[in-house]
Amino acid sequence: MTKEVAVLGAGMHPWGKWGQSFIGYGVKAAQDALKDAGLRWQDIQLVAGGDTIRNGYPGYVAGATFAQALGWSGAKVSSSYGACATGAQAISVARAHILAGLCDVALVIGADAAPKGFFAPTGGHRPEDPDWLRFHVQGITNPTYFGLYARRRMDVYGATPRDFAAVKVKNAKHGVHNPNARYKKEVQIEDVLGSAVVADPLHLLDICATSDGAAALVLSSMDFARRHTTDPVKIAAVSTVTPVYPNTIIEMPNLSTDSSAGVGLPEIGFKESIAHGAYEEAGLGPEDMSLAEVYDLSTALELDWYEQIGLCAPGDAEKLLRDGDTTIGGRVPVNPSGGLASFGEAVPAQAIAQVCELTWQLRGQAEGRQVEGAKAGVTVNQGLFGHGSSVICTL
Amino acid sequence: MDPREPRLLGTQCRACGTYFFPAERTFCRNPACDEADLREVELSRTGKLWSYTSANYKPPAPFVAKEPFEPFAIAAVELEEEGITILGQVADGLGVEALEAGMPMELVLRELYQDDEHIYMTWNWKPMDGGGA
Repeated sequence: MTKEVAVLGAGMHPWGKWGQSFIGYGVKAAQDALKDAGLRWQDIQLVAGGDTIRNGYPGYVAGATFAQALGWSGAKVSSSYGACATGAQAISVARAHILAGLCDVALVIGADAAPKGFFAPTGGHRPEDPDWLRFHVQGITNPTYFGLYARRRMDVYGATPRDFAAVKVKNAKHGVHNPNARYKKEVQIEDVLGSAVVADPLHLLDICATSDGAAALVLSSMDFARRHTTDPVKIAAVSTVTPVYPNTIIEMPNLSTDSSAGVGLPEIGFKESIAHGAYEEAGLGPEDMSLAEVYDLSTALELDWYEQIGLCAPGDAEKLLRDGDTTIGGRVPVNPSGGLASFGEAVPAQAIAQVCELTWQLRGQAEGRQVEGAKAGVTVNQGLFGHGSSVICTL
Repeated sequence: MDPREPRLLGTQCRACGTYFFPAERTFCRNPACDEADLREVELSRTGKLWSYTSANYKPPAPFVAKEPFEPFAIAAVELEEEGITILGQVADGLGVEALEAGMPMELVLRELYQDDEHIYMTWNWKPMDGGGA
């Protein structure tokens, strides 16, 4: 049995700070995806929403919220949350319904309206929640973890703040031509190094902003797709793996790691296992990828991902970047969309947006940022608390 | 416990030897272990610096920040016996320039905040040689 589903349509609401409700962003993205697919909303049999936890609104039921806004149609509904990996959760639910024959065509939507500045946990006195605890007892924010990983690259591999800045320069250049990007301006190394230090060694321009935005996909069975289009982009794999015990690398939002005192380390670490799961499922490897969309919450994290998704050996990411391999025109462009550096993070939309970019790239529709001859691409992302997220698209 | 030599309290599974911090009291998280024989233990109060960073901007609530806010450094310290890495602020206002990966660190106490009835304490990490640079 084929494990492939078709991407019939992709749509986004541009990222930015628009001061409106996340619902409107999601509806716009959904309408664009439906138009792209040549389908009506009433044709959709399942709506899979990625939840937002903000907005002072019952955002935990995003699937139904979008269905109501689009007009109740009786479609089945699903609402998923997995922090930054929320979008992959929603894609996974839609794909599973399609592959199980429970529906032929599904609409996946994620949208957010993000507050400015640091993300913070919800209020109250909740010491049992690691996300609350780390802020309360140690003042540890998300950039703390980005800073720890970046410093580690410097100590272990000799990376420099200039290397990190070069990631921003590359991604800003990629994003200039993306109509959905929030920042469409080139940046120089000196701009990054001259911006304020937030979490040493990372500067303000090394760390992604928080944004409003929305992304949507229309997914269908291959049979359904053949009746509507000639040659759709396919989703060949979705990896939603959790870590294998013990995970001894410190992870957001924890104050501590698992202990290795009683059990030996797993064969590969959590971050390495995320794309690995997708490669295994697709029967493909990193050498088959024409491009990658990776979760650059910070510039240094993008370099970590190069190694963790198998584009190069550990310690070689800086060289890969310097050689231009990951720039459009290079061997395997990374974040041709401009990445989070050009978008800022709209949490439940982001993993869906990564797949929108792969879709447009594989169709040859990524005007101004096209990876020539793209045949397959991989996304990777990770959600708080241990949510892996990786999707492989092929022609 | 000697207040000059404070230790974090965690738990350890007697069956498989795995440690937990913050303390896990209801189940053992080792998937190969069916026991839940958890006892409270004092964790090592010294370890090796795995990595470090800084907080140059005031973290949002529920952090209780000093006014005016003073930037601080944060350390990730590996405890050898426990096989566990624990985060914490760096003591005494020491900045990242005083830190170097691999250096020995020890646990000290710091007041988090106080109300009418209690003084709430938390832990900090401190370079054992007083910090480099």
